[in-house]
Amino acid sequence: MRVLVCVKRVPMTGGTIVLTDDARAIETRHLGFTISPHEECGVEEAVRLVEAHGGESVVLTLGSAEAEEQLRDAMAIGADRAIHVVTDGQEWDPQATASAILDAIRDDEAANGSFDLVVFGNESADAGNFQVGVRIAHALGRPIATGLKALTVEGGAARCEQEVPGGRDVYALPLPAVVTVKEGLNLPRYPSVPGKLRAQRKPVETRTPERPAPRLEMTRLVVPEGDRKQAEVLGEGAAAAPHVVEVLRDIGVLT
Amino acid sequence: MSVLVYLEHAEGTVDEPSLQAATVASSLTGGDEDVHAVMASDTVSLALEGALPVEVVHVAVHDAFGSYAPLAIAEAIVELVGRLGAAAVVGPGTERGNEVLAHVAALLDLPLAANCVSVGGPAVTRVRWGGSLLEEARVDAPTLLLTVQPHAVAVEPGAGDAPSVEAFTPTLSEGALALRVVERVGAATGGVSLADAKVVVSGGRGAGSEEGFAPIEELAGLLGAAVGCSRAVTMAGWRPHTDQVGQTGTKIAPEIYIACGISGATQHMAGCKGAKRILAINADREAPILQSADYAVIGDLHEIVPAI
Ligand SMILES: Cc1cc2nc3c(=O)[nH]c(=O)nc-3n(C[C@H](O)[C@H](O)[C@H](O)COP(=O)(O)OP(=O)(O)OC[C@H]3O[C@@H](n4cnc5c(N)ncnc54)[C@H](O)[C@@H]3O)c2cc1C
Ligand SMILES: Nc1ncnc2c1ncn2[C@@H]1O[C@H](COP(=O)(O)O)[C@@H](O)[C@H]1O
Repeated sequence: MRVLVCVKRVPMTGGTIVLTDDARAIETRHLGFTISPHEECGVEEAVRLVEAHGGESVVLTLGSAEAEEQLRDAMAIGADRAIHVVTDGQEWDPQATASAILDAIRDDEAANGSFDLVVFGNESADAGNFQVGVRIAHALGRPIATGLKALTVEGGAARCEQEVPGGRDVYALPLPAVVTVKEGLNLPRYPSVPGKLRAQRKPVETRTPERPAPRLEMTRLVVPEGDRKQAEVLGEGAAAAPHVVEVLRDIGVLT
Repeated sequence: MSVLVYLEHAEGTVDEPSLQAATVASSLTGGDEDVHAVMASDTVSLALEGALPVEVVHVAVHDAFGSYAPLAIAEAIVELVGRLGAAAVVGPGTERGNEVLAHVAALLDLPLAANCVSVGGPAVTRVRWGGSLLEEARVDAPTLLLTVQPHAVAVEPGAGDAPSVEAFTPTLSEGALALRVVERVGAATGGVSLADAKVVVSGGRGAGSEEGFAPIEELAGLLGAAVGCSRAVTMAGWRPHTDQVGQTGTKIAPEIYIACGISGATQHMAGCKGAKRILAINADREAPILQSADYAVIGDLHEIVPAI
């Protein structure tokens, strides 16, 4: 089977978020980059499906030239090749993102046949638009199930389990289909050293479409204030335990 | 012109995030336009509970709504948008609310601003990074589509008159009828559910190992608490992902959150913004979590936790 997984490069912010002077981006000079944990599980799932059923897994990103790093990471885990929709690093809105990814999918499918499964994260780590996968499913005319915590492919259909309060809802999708997944779907493997070396030689196809005018246009970022406080230190080491017990009694969780 | 709000409900009882969405919808009309609500049901005799800040409730009635069917709900909403000429469609920023509105946005080929915390016409403020960052944005669309971040706005009750209820049978595509829940699998029960727990005791990388969770479990047992963890712990395989608190884990809202050996990365804190109080137990006085915690104990969690 052929599986495509879409990932987005995002900064690895630590304890605080610092913005650039124009407040239109996160200051990333001292930060590393990664992809959403949801998407990491998507990559792992694509690789496992191809290990089990044969075929090809392809990883795609729309992002700056530096986002090749995230494609190589995915190929180190086992993705076979990559498609890089290269941008100048500006934010693309969800409609523009979906339409550029769609063009890439259509071109790849024209050459290599349909993807049985196109895999997205449930939401991107930074923007959290909850929609790129749904838009692409509509444009491709394929069914979509979202927020999956379990996925089994058998006999031309995908059994999709979504976590809901009180249990799991199951959808049965005929292939080809689109899914969005969540962390917890699997435990992604760590890349091996040979895997990383192999990834350096795997092919990356690049495309450079024009960025359309955004229809959801970010104008400014704001770090929410409010919950900034400084903790009251109750003490050090085991000697502080009675103070903790006192707090727990005061708020009524210990009687 | 009118504004349409999509309400999620359980047998007629509208959930809190949907009421918050209705409040935002009525703020958009400026008072002189109608707020219409749409609900999906498999029965005409839906018993509506509670006051709603809307003039009309449209109940889309179809057998397909016997179980959750996201695309079918979206098609019903789109039909109504056309009929009412709605200027905006507002939904709750829940997993399902976002899914339904994303389908609506795809069907109408319009932008969607998800998880807004405030809305002033086309200028919206929405959350990024699970709430650790806010984004001011402009939406360029003839019909404004948005969802409202849960628990970001206070619910204003309806002005008095009960809304009129109008049932309709939406025309649904074959694809929409096929895309529905076919089976419900029960959850593995046992223990206190993390999302609803009054007390949560969590361990992070500082717990050191799978065995390092023994004192944390013991304390949780004593307090009737749920056990949580950070992503560092899930990645190491010490605890299942169902225990993970954070942006890509579970969002919790306990009376007190006791975080042991957790540094306080923004993505972790995004999951415990709902906690009334936070107690951090950490070896490092400079750990970022001390800037969001109410109380802290400095030192080795392996000595402190058993002593409590
Ligand atoms: C898009 C994205 C989503 C993410 N989602 C989540 C999420 O949902 N949940 C989540 O948790 N993380 C998430 N992360 C990961 C997050 O950024 C952090 O890497 C993670 O939370 C760190 O876990 P930690 O605090 O346990 O480990 P560390 O950051 O390594 O902190 C360990 C802490 O333990 C203290 N410590 C060490 N030994 C002891 C001891 N003996 N006694 C007491 N204290 C001790 C240290 O001082 C330190 O503060 C996400 C990351 C990204 C990029
Ligand atoms: N720039 C991008 N490049 C590749 N995939 C993306 C990009 N943006 C979003 N996606 C995919 O779409 C999913 C949902 O994104 P969003 O709609 O922004 O929440 C993500 O988890 C990715 O799988």
